[in-house]
Amino acid sequence: MGYPHHPHQRETTVLSQYFGDAEARTLDGWKKRGGYKALEKALGMAPADIVNIVKESGLRGRGGAGFPTGMKWSFMKPGDGKPHYLCCNADESEPGTFKDRELMRWTPHALVEGCAIGAYAIGAETAYIYIRGEFTEPLYWMDKAVKEAYAAGIIGKNAMGTGKRLDVHVHKGAGAYICGEETALMNSLEGRRGNPRIKPPFPAVSGVFGMPTTINNVETLIASAPILLNGADWYKKMSLSSPKSTGTKLYSVCGNVQRPGNYEVVMGFPFKEFLYDLCGGPPHGRKFKAVIPGGASVPIQTMEEAEATLMDYEGFVAQGSMLGSGGVIVIDDAQSMVSVIARIARFFAHESCAQCTQCREGTAWTTKIMERIRDGQGTHEDMDTLLDIGEQMTGKTICVLSDSCAVPVASGIKKFRAEFEALIPGGRVHPVIAAVA
Amino acid sequence: MTPDLVGGLESPDYASHDRAAHEPYAPVFTGEVRRELDELLTHYPTKMAALLPALWIVQRERGWVSEEGMVEVADLLELTPAYVKGVVTFYTMYHQHPVGRYFIQVCTTSPCGICGAEDVLKAFVRHTNTGDLGLTSPDGRFTVIEVECLGACGFATPVMINEEFIESVTPEKVPDILARLA
Amino acid sequence: MAEKKMVNLTIEGRPVSVPDGTTILEAAKTAGILIPHYCYHPGLPIAGVCRMCLVEVEKAPKLAPSCATTVTEGQVVHVYSEKSLDARKGVLEMLLINHPLDCPICDQSGECELQDYTYQEGREDSRYREPKRFNPAEDFGGDVIYVPNRCILCTRCVRFMEDVAHEPTLNVSERGDRALIGKFEGRDMTHPWAANVIDLCPVGALLSKDFLNKARAWELDRASSICPNCTQGCNVIMETRENQIVRMRPRPNEEVNSFFMCDWGRLNYRWMNERNRVELPMVRRGDVFAPTTWEAAITAAARALNGKKVFVAASPMLSNEALFLLTQVMQGGTGAFRVTEGEEAPLAGVDDLALRRERAANVYGAEALGFTKTKDLLGGLKQGDVLVIAGEDLVGIDAGALTRASDIVVISSVLPEVTKSASVVLPIANFSEEEGTVTNLRGRVQRFTQARQAPGETRPSWLVLGDLLGALGKQSNFFLPSDVFARLAATNKSFAGLSYDTLGFKGLPLADAPKTAPKAPVAAGAA
Repeated sequence: MGYPHHPHQRETTVLSQYFGDAEARTLDGWKKRGGYKALEKALGMAPADIVNIVKESGLRGRGGAGFPTGMKWSFMKPGDGKPHYLCCNADESEPGTFKDRELMRWTPHALVEGCAIGAYAIGAETAYIYIRGEFTEPLYWMDKAVKEAYAAGIIGKNAMGTGKRLDVHVHKGAGAYICGEETALMNSLEGRRGNPRIKPPFPAVSGVFGMPTTINNVETLIASAPILLNGADWYKKMSLSSPKSTGTKLYSVCGNVQRPGNYEVVMGFPFKEFLYDLCGGPPHGRKFKAVIPGGASVPIQTMEEAEATLMDYEGFVAQGSMLGSGGVIVIDDAQSMVSVIARIARFFAHESCAQCTQCREGTAWTTKIMERIRDGQGTHEDMDTLLDIGEQMTGKTICVLSDSCAVPVASGIKKFRAEFEALIPGGRVHPVIAAVA
Repeated sequence: MTPDLVGGLESPDYASHDRAAHEPYAPVFTGEVRRELDELLTHYPTKMAALLPALWIVQRERGWVSEEGMVEVADLLELTPAYVKGVVTFYTMYHQHPVGRYFIQVCTTSPCGICGAEDVLKAFVRHTNTGDLGLTSPDGRFTVIEVECLGACGFATPVMINEEFIESVTPEKVPDILARLA
Repeated sequence: MAEKKMVNLTIEGRPVSVPDGTTILEAAKTAGILIPHYCYHPGLPIAGVCRMCLVEVEKAPKLAPSCATTVTEGQVVHVYSEKSLDARKGVLEMLLINHPLDCPICDQSGECELQDYTYQEGREDSRYREPKRFNPAEDFGGDVIYVPNRCILCTRCVRFMEDVAHEPTLNVSERGDRALIGKFEGRDMTHPWAANVIDLCPVGALLSKDFLNKARAWELDRASSICPNCTQGCNVIMETRENQIVRMRPRPNEEVNSFFMCDWGRLNYRWMNERNRVELPMVRRGDVFAPTTWEAAITAAARALNGKKVFVAASPMLSNEALFLLTQVMQGGTGAFRVTEGEEAPLAGVDDLALRRERAANVYGAEALGFTKTKDLLGGLKQGDVLVIAGEDLVGIDAGALTRASDIVVISSVLPEVTKSASVVLPIANFSEEEGTVTNLRGRVQRFTQARQAPGETRPSWLVLGDLLGALGKQSNFFLPSDVFARLAATNKSFAGLSYDTLGFKGLPLADAPKTAPKAPVAAGAA
């Protein structure tokens, strides 16, 4: 079973193998477990070689978008005379996702090491780890690990005695989901409101402080260390769906499930076995009804779709959803889909940064209609309105927060329309009458 | 997470709320605290980047971020108070009013919501005698709010009390948790 | 600097060629297409937040915000395709869901871009059935009132204060649909250029206290003019209702004032409406001034001046035309003027734009035409000269100095207190009541047009002075102020080559004015 339980035998614990192991949190304990060997190796290599190995490994961003990491790193042009920055996105706020939290709680040095490797690979001397403010415990451990690493000379002016400067700073967020969007994170880091920026310019050209910047998720950076040590082939071979999706992926499982927690499985793992075998299936006496497999902003899957899914970037798309951040929200038959979706919409309305019209107004409007339907005050036209507002909120704004709000609503209406209609006074409209009207 | 894990975390000086609200403003950034900010400034190429950390320090020292605190931070970082206020109001974790000695945040976002978080929230409101969300109990001890996703969805329902993170809270556990608070 | 590469594209089927780096929105303007927009303003950095200017670009996966998308070679842009129209209709509906729809009591009504675009492209009805958000109106200080319920969060005002005034007095507060424009308690909109946010606001959210409830936009008459209140010469529109100026607003001119004007200039228009005027030509009969006909008054003035040396005490508010004609009646005499001073107040984000120390429109024109700038206005008045008081109010002048004059002729809008001894009074129009040109501190000659009717029998200064010249037997057949200007250009080297036609409404520098670069548009440079 995945953390907080013992690992399940079908898990492949690369990143999560020290979850629950308190000693791994300390510098000595981390070194005893092979820590900082990858950094040592990296500092002896040319940055371009590191980028190539990561490219070769097929590692893709674990924050949600799944962009190939090596390619992202290769956008950072060496020798442009500008300071480069690495930002580690530890603003894990996607509802359903809590993997980075555990990574930072249990293996803080793994992230320090990953940041140092990433920074070196992209020609940066400074890495910022942007951790959401609510993560008091990860903040505590990361802060401690960074201090230990500085004291031991692993990072700092003369990283591991190589004469190379590698600074790692922990930056505490202050309560804003949107700061997990990379350009919003950069604005927040600069001391601004966390408003996403228009792209282009892309971060690799003009990122934080106007300088070339790479932003990587916690899990992505941590994965770079074992890849460097064990080679790209090792990483690719672990996957059942290589070469498109490679390596292992941490999934956070929550909601109505026997054993919620973090699970690390190889890419291509069957979702059905994952849900029933690893996670223990639904609570006693209940049945699964739906799954939101990649954090609150991806389309909802019916159980038919979920059970047919192979867990990788392509597999979730093939079954009507997305891998996203790997936050699996499981919903059982005791729940009202309308309530669940209304609450998701409220989350996005709360978190909209207020820049783009469709998002600022659309998320709030969507929430009001959803809550009205939930409370039995809806009309049939409301569903059409919701779908149409959703269209207006999709693909038209600076970032995808507004799309994220529209997605569960649209997929909910599409896949669970009967639940919506059951809540509308007068009940379900006869299909023939509806067609005539 | 067990309470002893956070033994090293600094707790804000919540006891000073009333004092801070009624007495003339005394600057936060003097002596050791000023040196702390100076050190932070070395982390960034701009002064503005130290804004979020500086506001965190104000909240740690005073329990909340008053308008006077915003002016002080603005002056130190060469910003205008209006700019600072725009930033403060963007982020939900800065208190713009004094709050109770124990600031209780209960996650009710969907994953926790389907695991009964609403009942946990109600239990906190009932047992703290705060009357409603966002209000402070008459004895000044508690403020309870609903918070969006705390990022611990597998441990429904997570609750934050000041800096302390408590996992897997059920309505039944609420009285014990409150009793433990001095 | 090397010429920028030109990019060719097609917008709504029309071929367009613009310099590389131009946005689609600006490129469309060159094709005569105004893509609807709110947050974009050419004088401000690009925000790209209102999402109103979305257009369809062939082969692009998503609609493009035309304000933030630069042109590329061969691009095909559809402004009015079904997709683009649908997206903009969506934005308009969203902008209106919480809007109070209170056009009948809104000052912006009639000049509101939300109204205009909704009429043009919006839905006929709203599908919004929920309660509307409400926030109370707030006095922002200075001349500014904020009505948050009408606000569309385009952030033009915030960007102006931050990136142009370099004094971030405004912010966006809160987030989501709770967001609104905020300021800090006790820090008001007292920046000397703050009221520009009122013009920048595309809707009725930021209003002028001075103009509040004074007039409806469609009742106003508008005249292109120049702000007469300092030597910067900001291009303005003077707006009148029932022959009273009720508002002055900036008119864009990248060579002078970009898109802006200062609050002091903007609000200092009441003097032009005042009713303390001389409305009839008058001649002295014993101890009193007696109204007379223009012919009689001009004849009397000519008689007073004939063969005498004349000293002209002029106002630097007079046009180049009037000042030029005054030099023609001097007959070997001289002229002088004085100018009121105040504190200089630059607009930090725009090169060479400030409320200037010298608070009059035509200081440089007066100097270029040979008038001496002095603090001792009548210092140059010699014993026995005829004194012509042209537009000067003589406030604070020692009446004793006037006794040196053998005679006094007043050519003014207002009769100065101390000129009881004048023999003739010729009433002329004030700055807002006639047409002419003034020269700003960088030597730029700019036209202004008539905004109001002059009272009584008052006549334009150039007409009165032209008639006076004629009565003195000098060549004069001016039917229009442009005729006077043509004479000036033919006589004075500085003005050589200029005419009303070539000046247009953006003006041109004097032949010997120092070269200046056009002001960099803020939008291009700022972050």
